Amino acid sequence: MFPQKRRTRLMAFAAASSLLALTAACSGGAGDDEGNDDGTPSGELTVLTWRTDLVEDGTFDEYVETFKAKYPEVTEVNVEGVTDYEGTVKTRMNTDDYGDVLAIPGSVTPDQLPDFFEPLGDQAEMEKEYRWLNDKSFEGKSYGIPVVGNVQGILYNKRIWEEAGVTEFPTNPQEFLDDLQAIKDSGAASVAPLYTNYKDSWALSQWEGWRGAVTANPDYVNEMTQTDTPWTEESDSGVIDGTIYDAVAQGLTEADPTTTDWEGSKRMIGVGEVATMVLGSWAIPQMAAAGEAAGADPSDIAYMPTPSQVDGKFHTVAGGDYNLGINVNSKNKATARAWIDWFNHESGFSEAQVGLSPLIDGPVPAALEGFMSEVELITMNPAPEGKESLFADIDTASGIVTTDPKYRLSLIDDARSGARTKEQIFDDLNSKWAEGRADAGA
Amino acid sequence: MTTAASSFTGQAAAAASEPDLAHPTGKTPGGVGRGSARYRRLTPYLFLLIPVGLLLLLTYTPVVNMFWYSVTDWDGLDKTKNFIGAENYVEVFTDPENLRVFYVSLFYVVGSFVQMALALYFATILSAKIRFKNMWKGILFFPYLINGVAIGLIFLNFLKPGGGLDTVLMNTGLESLIHQWTGDPDIANYSLAAVSVWRYTGLTFVMFLGAIQSINSEIYEAAALDGANRWDEFWHIILPSIRPIVGLAFILGISGSLSVFEIPFVMTNGANGTETFVIRTVWMAFERNMVGLASAMAVVLLIFVLLVTWLQRRLVPEEEVDLT
Repeated sequence: MFPQKRRTRLMAFAAASSLLALTAACSGGAGDDEGNDDGTPSGELTVLTWRTDLVEDGTFDEYVETFKAKYPEVTEVNVEGVTDYEGTVKTRMNTDDYGDVLAIPGSVTPDQLPDFFEPLGDQAEMEKEYRWLNDKSFEGKSYGIPVVGNVQGILYNKRIWEEAGVTEFPTNPQEFLDDLQAIKDSGAASVAPLYTNYKDSWALSQWEGWRGAVTANPDYVNEMTQTDTPWTEESDSGVIDGTIYDAVAQGLTEADPTTTDWEGSKRMIGVGEVATMVLGSWAIPQMAAAGEAAGADPSDIAYMPTPSQVDGKFHTVAGGDYNLGINVNSKNKATARAWIDWFNHESGFSEAQVGLSPLIDGPVPAALEGFMSEVELITMNPAPEGKESLFADIDTASGIVTTDPKYRLSLIDDARSGARTKEQIFDDLNSKWAEGRADAGA
Repeated sequence: MTTAASSFTGQAAAAASEPDLAHPTGKTPGGVGRGSARYRRLTPYLFLLIPVGLLLLLTYTPVVNMFWYSVTDWDGLDKTKNFIGAENYVEVFTDPENLRVFYVSLFYVVGSFVQMALALYFATILSAKIRFKNMWKGILFFPYLINGVAIGLIFLNFLKPGGGLDTVLMNTGLESLIHQWTGDPDIANYSLAAVSVWRYTGLTFVMFLGAIQSINSEIYEAAALDGANRWDEFWHIILPSIRPIVGLAFILGISGSLSVFEIPFVMTNGANGTETFVIRTVWMAFERNMVGLASAMAVVLLIFVLLVTWLQRRLVPEEEVDLT
C-alpha cells in the first residue's frame, strides 16, 4: 500500500532495536548460571585461567573430564583462557561477570578482597591444611588458595656452568659475580652469562623474590617500613639491586638490553646461549620445554638458591603463585568451591608445574628435590595487624614501587652509562623511601 | 536474506492492520500525504540515529567518564571513587618524570619537520612528468599501510645489534658508524623518531602530491612563458597553492608527536629514556593502577592537541589562494 511509509517505520524499529540490543549486550551476560548455593556441585561453572597454554594443549580438557566424572551432576565447565590476565580480568571485575572461579589478580588490595571474592573460610582453620594463605587473607578470612607454591632463586643452565668449571652453588653475591665472569671468560654462553630481560621488564621484578632470603629474615619486608635506609650494602634490597648493578656494570649481561626478548630467552637458556636468569621456580618447566624443542637436554635446566648464606645455610622464600578465589556474584558457589578443592587435592597441577603443593603435606616435584635438600624454606611473615597496607602505602608514596620494574630499568641504564654510581643510586632510593615513609605516616 | 523475508511478512501484516492503526478517523487522502512527508523529513535523522548512538555509547560516554575519573583517586577496581579535586592535574605538571616525556616529544616534533620536508621533496619531484610514476608513488606510500606494531617489530630486528643495519654498515666498510641504535641512550630517541618519519612520510607525501596535482597546468605554462625555472615554479606556484595542506600536515605532525605510542612501545617499551606521554599514561593506568592520574594525563593531552590546533588556525589562517 504505502511501501515507503512502512519501510521507514521498519527502519526506525530496526534502528531502535539494534541500539537496545547493544545496550542490552553490555548489561547482560550475568545471571544465566544454574546451580545452587549449598548442597552438591551441579550445573554450569565458568573458570577463568591465565594458563592459556594449558587450555590450548588440552590439559584443561582432561581436568574438566576428571572433575565431571567425580561430580556427575556438573553439566558444563567452561574454561576461559585469558591472555594478558591481569589487565583483562581487572577490567572485567568492574562488572559482575568474571566467571565463578578465577585467579585473584595481583592488583586487588587486601581490603578490596571482600568486595569481589567469597570468603573461603577462617584463615586459622584453613592453615591446618594449606600453606601461603597470608597473601589473600583479610581480617582473619581467606579469600584465595594458591594453586602452586614457588620457591625463589636463580634459574641456570647446569651444562654451561659446569663447562665453565663451576660446580658449587655460589655462597655470596661476589662469588656469584665471579662465577658469571668465569662463564663469560669460558665463552660458553654466547649471548650472556646473565640475561636481564630488560625489555620485557616484568622479569626484573622477579628479583624481589630474593627479599628475605639474603639475610634469612622472614620479617624483612615488614622491617622495611621501619627504616629510612633499606638500601645498604648488607640489606636484602641493597644486595639485590647491588648485584644487578655490578653484573651490568661489569658487562656480565647481554650487550644491548633494549633488544631482549622473553619468548626467545626461553630457548636461549634451554640451549645454553644464556647461562643464568633470575626467575621463580615456576619458570623451570617452560625453559626446559623450550630447550627440548630446540634439541637440548631439558635436564640442563636447574635451580640454585639466592647466593647468600646465614649460619652456613642457603635460604629460599616460598610463596603462593596465583590464588584461586570465588566470584562474590557467582550463582554456583558450591560447585566453584568443589572445583578449587578438587584442583588443589586431586588435579596434580602443582607437580606437573614443578612447584610445591599448596597442601602442607603435599609432594615435592623431582626437579626441585636437589635444590630443596640444600636450602631452608622461609615463609614471609604477614604484616602486623593494622599495618597491612603500610608497606604498599610507603612503596607508592615513595614513587619507587618495588614491584614495578621501572626503577630497576633506570638502575640498569645508569650501570651501563656509568651516569650514577651504586652509592648514588642507593642514596637516591633511600631518600625517596624516607619521603614515602613521611608521606604515609609511618 | 532473513531481513528481506521478515520485512515482507511484516509488510503483509502491516498492510492488513493499516486502516485501523494509522487512520482511525477515516480515509483522508491528505493525511497520507502529510504523514509520508513527515516520515521523509525524519529519514535523515533515522539514518543518523545508529552512528550517533554508537558514537555516544562508545566515544562520548567514556570521555565524560574520563573527565570524572581524572578528579578521583580511582585505582581501576575499587567500588568507591574518592573525589580529590585538581590534585591529579597538579601531579601531572609537578612530577619531573611526567615532564620529561614532553622533552621526548621534541624529538618527534623535529622528526615531523624532517618528514614534511622529505614529503614535499618527493611530491614536487613526482608532480613532474617522469616514468613509472605510479610505481614510485606506491613505493613511497606503502610504509604507511603497514600496521604500526609490525613496523616496530621490523625495525626492532633491523636495528638490533648484528641486525640488518649493522650488517649493511659492516659490508660497506662503515663499521665505525655502528651503534646500539636503541640501546645507547643518546641515540635511542633519534632512532625511534626516524622510524616514525619512515612510517608517516608516505601519508604526508600523498597529501602534498594531491594538492600539487590540483594546480591548474595553465599556470605552469604561463609561468614558463614568463621565463620561470623549476625553482621559481616551486617557490611561487606550488608552495603557495598547497599552503593549507602544509598547515594541516603541521597540525597532524605536532599532535602526532605528542601522542606517539606504538613504535616506541613495541621497540623499547619506553625504557632507556624513550618514554612518551601516551606510554606513560598507559603505564600509569595499567601497571601502577592509578587510573585517576592517568585520566588526568589523557585530559591534558586532549587539551594540548586542541590548543595546538587552535593556535595553528590563528597563525596560518585558511585564506583563499589567489595565484593571479
